[in-house]
Amino acid sequence: MSSIGTRLPRKEDPRLLRGRGRFGDDISVPGQLWARVVRSPAAHGHIESLDVTQAAKAPGIAAVVTAADLPAGLVIPVRLAVPGPDLGGYLQPVLARTTVRYVGEPLAVVVGEDPYACEDAAELVEIDISERAVVLDARTADSHHVAAELVRGYGDVETAFAQARQVVRIELAVGRHSGVPLEPRCLLAVPGPPGAGSLDIFGMTKVPVWNRDLLARLLGLDETLIHVHGVDAGGGFGVRGEFYPEDFLIPWLALRLGCPVKWAEDRAEHLVAVNHSRQQHHRIAAAFDDDGRILAITDDVTHDNGAYCRTHGVAVPELTVAMLPGPYRVPAYRGRIRVVLTNKTPCGTYRAPGRFEGTAAREHLLDVAADQLGLDRIELRRRNLLGPTEIPHRRPIATLGTDLILDTGDYPALLAAAVAEADRLGYRAKPAGSHALHGFGLALFVEKSGLGPQETADVTVSKSGAVHVHSGGTSVGQGIETVLAQIAADALGVDPGVVRVTAGDTNAQPFGAGSWASRSTVVGGSAVHLAATAVRERAVELAARILECDSADIAVRDGAAVVHGDLAARLTLAEIAQAAEPASRYLRPGEPAGLSARRRFEVSHMTYPYGAHAAVVAVDPGTGQVRVLRYLVVYEVGRAVNPMLVEGQLRGGVAQGIGGALFEEFSYDDAGQPQAVTFIEYRTPTAAEVPPVDLLISTDAPSPGNPLGVMGAGEGGVSAAGAAVANAVRDALGLAGGVGQLPLVPSRVRELWEGLS
Amino acid sequence: MKDMHHVDVRVNGRHHELVVEARRTLADMLRHDLGYTGTHLGCEHGICGACTVILDGQPARACLVFGVQADGASVLTVEGLADGEALSDLQQAFSDHHALQCGFCTPGFLMLIEAYLAEADPAAELTAEQARELIASNLCRCTGYQGIVEAVLAIARARRDQRGAT
Repeated sequence: MSSIGTRLPRKEDPRLLRGRGRFGDDISVPGQLWARVVRSPAAHGHIESLDVTQAAKAPGIAAVVTAADLPAGLVIPVRLAVPGPDLGGYLQPVLARTTVRYVGEPLAVVVGEDPYACEDAAELVEIDISERAVVLDARTADSHHVAAELVRGYGDVETAFAQARQVVRIELAVGRHSGVPLEPRCLLAVPGPPGAGSLDIFGMTKVPVWNRDLLARLLGLDETLIHVHGVDAGGGFGVRGEFYPEDFLIPWLALRLGCPVKWAEDRAEHLVAVNHSRQQHHRIAAAFDDDGRILAITDDVTHDNGAYCRTHGVAVPELTVAMLPGPYRVPAYRGRIRVVLTNKTPCGTYRAPGRFEGTAAREHLLDVAADQLGLDRIELRRRNLLGPTEIPHRRPIATLGTDLILDTGDYPALLAAAVAEADRLGYRAKPAGSHALHGFGLALFVEKSGLGPQETADVTVSKSGAVHVHSGGTSVGQGIETVLAQIAADALGVDPGVVRVTAGDTNAQPFGAGSWASRSTVVGGSAVHLAATAVRERAVELAARILECDSADIAVRDGAAVVHGDLAARLTLAEIAQAAEPASRYLRPGEPAGLSARRRFEVSHMTYPYGAHAAVVAVDPGTGQVRVLRYLVVYEVGRAVNPMLVEGQLRGGVAQGIGGALFEEFSYDDAGQPQAVTFIEYRTPTAAEVPPVDLLISTDAPSPGNPLGVMGAGEGGVSAAGAAVANAVRDALGLAGGVGQLPLVPSRVRELWEGLS
Repeated sequence: MKDMHHVDVRVNGRHHELVVEARRTLADMLRHDLGYTGTHLGCEHGICGACTVILDGQPARACLVFGVQADGASVLTVEGLADGEALSDLQQAFSDHHALQCGFCTPGFLMLIEAYLAEADPAAELTAEQARELIASNLCRCTGYQGIVEAVLAIARARRDQRGAT
């Protein structure tokens, strides 16, 4: 029986439920020192002096280092390069040497025997910074703060707008927020024996092989001397596992001091140090013909990237304008985005990067346009969706180095299903007798998933019959061990219970490309499928040799090779693995020993899942409070390896999306001091703010681009949440224009309401 | 000079004696001095609840309690919930209802819910609203809370039925 498609309980659960998870800070080694990063208290300024004398003398302190101790010119390079802009002048130094550009920028590191002593000593570092003027509003910043400008598009936009019957324009600002996983970052670096020059590292995730290679290059080491171990990670969401200053500093300190060094970030640090995301201002316009058909879309976007370009370079801005046309037939399009550097925490990806923002702008524009055109909001979308005969649809746009080809699906059918489901559940029935204002919002979106170029997997059957999967994906809480076990079990003909998945270990899988961009099931899963299939074929070949029968008569079922029509002839995979040992008489000369295969899945295009979100909100016009009462996600994923996990991804995504739409914002005062530095000001939703989420998961459009037919499910719960909530609030308030900005915090909603009267 | 104190504490029924600095939090003492790393620190300012343990029968945020305050006390951590190799009913319900993803916040939720159910009126039915209000004490960033609500409701019902049956 196939285990793909079953709601298999997660293999991760028992250890996590028992408190036996192995998160970064759960791992300690004898003789370990602790590190504390000293961060800039100023948003912009010249470092006049950094006096560490008193800190270095504090009790229990082993070392205090500043930029003066580091190799000169050390900056963190871009991982996801977009062709075109040269970002070399905007990269973040590991430690600031002469200039600080945001509050929280690392200035020094204190290392000592316990974290309390380190925090005390960090307070003794005397920081003298002569402050300079700060840039906080990307829209009004001078042109020399623009790190890059990107334009993506096609067609004759000017003519389309000139000939339009109606042109509709809105502005929408999206607030600065981010992944904010529950586990802060942590790193433990353990140097090998004296003279070995090796390092064991715990706490890197997402792209451990890339991080290992970069670290090796920065340290001048052979990369195989660094072993990044796979550990549990308390949520990724795009931010965790990128290469940050600490990813150099902690290993470097461990080598320099010759002893293990651990750094465990605290929450206040996390909120100013980890990648922020999302902050954009859109000026979007659409031209329509007499029938409400889109002739062209333009979007002029200002992207506030914070103080530096980090590992994502300008990938988020690029994705924003590349993905903006979404599921619609858009004959002409131009998206222009200016990437502006400001004196705030640098930005990177957060789950559904560029799509949360762009979907909000486009879908909000469509609601305003429908009202102006005198069309039903759903009918306007129906008229403009690409039809099934137009798929695959190639947009003359490149993103992340791939051509944008909407590869599969029936968008109008999904819209019809979403509307029918929302109506069946009573979403559009106005409740009687409530003094709150109720609104319904719907938004459509296209996601992307399965970014290549490759993923590698090794599958090995050991002599006990256990199946070992060494994947290049990493565990960030998404359930990758379970999903890959199901895929391996399915291809190999074993119970998923005997499959043991190792993810994120650079020695186990040195060719891994990591877990991000909703790629693990698609690309990582396909690699496991190929490797497990190769192992099954090898097992059949060996079984035929041992049993002296035709391999065409052999199948692998329940962990054993069985011969068609001969019940007695049966070999377990354990027995076959034993027969494949070196010196076995069943091995031919030159044949590799072991029952094992390494396979690489290569793919040059992404696969594009798509969906709809619908929200019902209640707005209290007196307080401005918005409550999300009901929420529906309809999502096409091609094939669900484990439907329970797909549901979990979507529900969790919705909660984060509601956070970004209503609550979460990194705000700053006029001096560039961050105002959201605890969980009191940075408001991630609790169970009181997140409604039960209705789901309709569709598997009608298998992806043509991979052997499993799957599309990624990691981001579709977030993508259209800003849009659906904004549309629902606009509906509740009865606005003629748009809501103007997200998040829709009470003060903003009150302003909108008072603006009406 | 560090201000060191002798602490005598029972954790999951096991007796420990140790000497800790006065300012050391109960969470750090449990995690780094005694090895109970299942208690997690998500914010260290009492909001997220990942470090919730049961201290003398009451749920407590171990980041807001000093280790010395647990002198003479009895602490239950997530490691003490399972019965041998078998998961507790609540732990099993969390897995059944997909109430965890990364699992970092999970120990805090389990301890919060255990403490609540131990105190709640065994005859009263727990409503979905009450379950939401209860778990709104803690933060989870992965699940959207729905599985946690379902797990709480399932276990509250199962334990009530069990009491009714005996």
